[in-house]
Amino acid sequence: MALLEIRNLSKVYHRDSQAIPVFEDIDLDVERGDFLVLMGPSGSGKTTLLNLIAGLDEPTTGQITVGGEEVTGMSRRQLAAWRSRHVGFIFQLYNLLPVLTAYQNVELPLLLTHLSKKERREHVMTVLDVVGLADRAEHFPRQLSGGQEQRVAIARAIVSDPTVILADEPTGDLDAKSADEILTLMQRLNSEFQKTILLVTHDARAAERGHAIMHLDKGVLTR
Amino acid sequence: MKFVRLVWVNLSRSKRRTILTTLSVAAALFLFVSLRSVNTTLQDAAEVGSEARMVTRNSISIVFSLPEAYYQWLSAVPGVERVSWAVWFNGIYRDPRDFFPSFAIQADSYLAMYPEMVIPEEQRQAFMAERTAAIVGTGLMERFGWSLGQTVTLRSPIYPADNDWPFTIRGVYTPTNPSFGDNLFFFHYEYVYEHSLRGAQPGWYVLQLEDPAVATSVAETIDEHYRNSRAATRTETERAFQTGFVTMYGNVGFLMNAVGLAVFFAILLVAASTMMMAARERTSEVAVLKTLGFSDRLLFGLVLAEAATITLIGGLLGVFGAKLIFEGTQFQGAGFLPGFQVKWSTAIAGMAIALLLGLISGIVPAWQAARMPVAQTLRRVA
Repeated sequence: MALLEIRNLSKVYHRDSQAIPVFEDIDLDVERGDFLVLMGPSGSGKTTLLNLIAGLDEPTTGQITVGGEEVTGMSRRQLAAWRSRHVGFIFQLYNLLPVLTAYQNVELPLLLTHLSKKERREHVMTVLDVVGLADRAEHFPRQLSGGQEQRVAIARAIVSDPTVILADEPTGDLDAKSADEILTLMQRLNSEFQKTILLVTHDARAAERGHAIMHLDKGVLTR
Repeated sequence: MKFVRLVWVNLSRSKRRTILTTLSVAAALFLFVSLRSVNTTLQDAAEVGSEARMVTRNSISIVFSLPEAYYQWLSAVPGVERVSWAVWFNGIYRDPRDFFPSFAIQADSYLAMYPEMVIPEEQRQAFMAERTAAIVGTGLMERFGWSLGQTVTLRSPIYPADNDWPFTIRGVYTPTNPSFGDNLFFFHYEYVYEHSLRGAQPGWYVLQLEDPAVATSVAETIDEHYRNSRAATRTETERAFQTGFVTMYGNVGFLMNAVGLAVFFAILLVAASTMMMAARERTSEVAVLKTLGFSDRLLFGLVLAEAATITLIGGLLGVFGAKLIFEGTQFQGAGFLPGFQVKWSTAIAGMAIALLLGLISGIVPAWQAARMPVAQTLRRVA
C-alpha cells in the first residue's frame, strides 16, 4: 500500500452560481521515500492538490489516504492535529513569522507536542544544523537572505518529523544559486533522511531533482 | 505557558499601538474607579448618619435657616431626648481652594450628641471655656500644619465678607469612623451670632431620640406643628438627611454610572477596533499557523488572550494607579469627600470590567481567526 493514495479526487470551485472545475477523478500513489515533482501551468490546480493532501481544503469528491489514515473524512479539529504530526509544508514566500527568531519559528510546530523545553531545543538545533543555520538561530527573518529564510522554513517543516513534506514552489522566489541550494537540501532530506516529498514547481531544472515528474494540465494528471 | 511568548511577541509587534491602547484602557479604568469611589464615599457618608438622631431643617431647602425660637418647642416634643443646632459657615482659609467644611454649633449639646468625635477631656473643657475657640479634625490639622493653641483666621462669604474671623484651636478630634471625616472645623454658634452683622440663625436642628422607633411619629409631630409657620420644617433621620445632602447636587449615583458606562463603551470600541486591526494584519500568519497544525480553538484562545492581556495591563495601571494616587495624596475632594478611598471591592470591579472589555473586544477577531478558511487565505497571500 502506498504512503499517499488519492482516488477519484475532484475539486470544483463555485463563484456565484458558476461552477469552476479544477480537476476530476484524479488518482495518484506516492510511495514512502519518493520525491515526486508536480508540474503544470498556472491555474492547473497544483497548489489546490497540495492543499487537499494537507487537509487545508475539502475535495468535492474522492478520497485521500496518508499512511493508512483517511484525510478526507476528518473534522477540522482532527485535521489540525493530524497536520501537526504528519505534514510539513514549505511555501514559496517562506511565511516565517517576522516577530519570531529563526529558532522560535522552527519551534512553532513543537509547541503543539508534549516535548519539554529542553527536548524542543534539541530538536530545533538539530534541524537548524541540518539546514546549515545553527549559527543563525537567534536571527529574525529580516536579518536573513531569501535563501536562508527558505532554509528556516524547511527546518520548520521537518522539525516534527512529518510523514510527508509538501513544497509549493519553494524556489519560486529565489535567485538561481539559492534555489540550487534549496533543491540540494531537499534532495538530501529525501536521500539521507528518507523523507517523502511532493514538490510543486514550474522550474524544469528543479523538476530534475525528483524521482518522478507528474503533469497536471486541464484537470488531467499524467506522468 | 509555552504560548505566552507567542501572545507577548504579537503584542510587541506594534508597540506604539499596544501602548496607546493600554493607556486608553488605563485612563478609562482610572475614571471608572474614581467615579465609583465618589459614589461609595457618598454612600458611606450617608450611612455615618445615626438612626437615633434626626434633623429638622427648613422644608424649602437646607440653605434657608430656622428661627432660634424653635429650640424650646422641639426640646419638649415627646420622644426627643436632646436638641442641638448647627449653621453652615462656609469658612475660607487663605484661599478659596483651601476649602474645608466649617460649622457653628450649639457646643455643649452638639458635642454630647456626637460620640463619633473623640476629644481629650481637657481640650473639650478649654473649648467650652472660650467663645472664639474651635475644634478641628486631625486631618485638617495635618493638612495645614496647625497646632493646638494656634489662632487661624477664616473669612465667610455668607457672613460679612470683609470681616476676618479669628479662631483659636483649643481641641482636636479624632473620628471613630473615617467617613465622618477628619477635616471638619467646629466653633461656637454664639461667636458667629454676636459678630455677624446680619445675625445668624440655626441652619438645622439635630434631635437625639430616646428610641429610634419613635422617629416617624416625632417627624410627623414636628412637621405638622410648623406646617403653616413662616419657616415650615422637614424632619428626617440623620441618615436620610445626609443622603439628601448628597442628592442636593442631583442624582449623583446615576450621573456617575452613566458617565462610567459611556466611557466603557468608548473604550470598548477603541479596544475592539485595535484588535480587529491587529488580527487583520496577521491574516496570513494565522493561515500559516493553521497549516502547521494550530487548531481553531487554540487560535481563538491566543487572539482572545492578546486582547485580555492589553485590557488587564491597562486595568492594573488604571485601577491601582488610582488607588495609589488617591491614597498617596490623601485625596478628599477639597473637603467634600471625607474618607475618600478606592475600596478593594471597587478595585476588583475595575479589574473584572477590564477582563470583560478584553473578552468582548477580542471575541470577533478571535472568532474570525478560528473560522478563517486556510486555503483561500494562503492563495491570497501567496
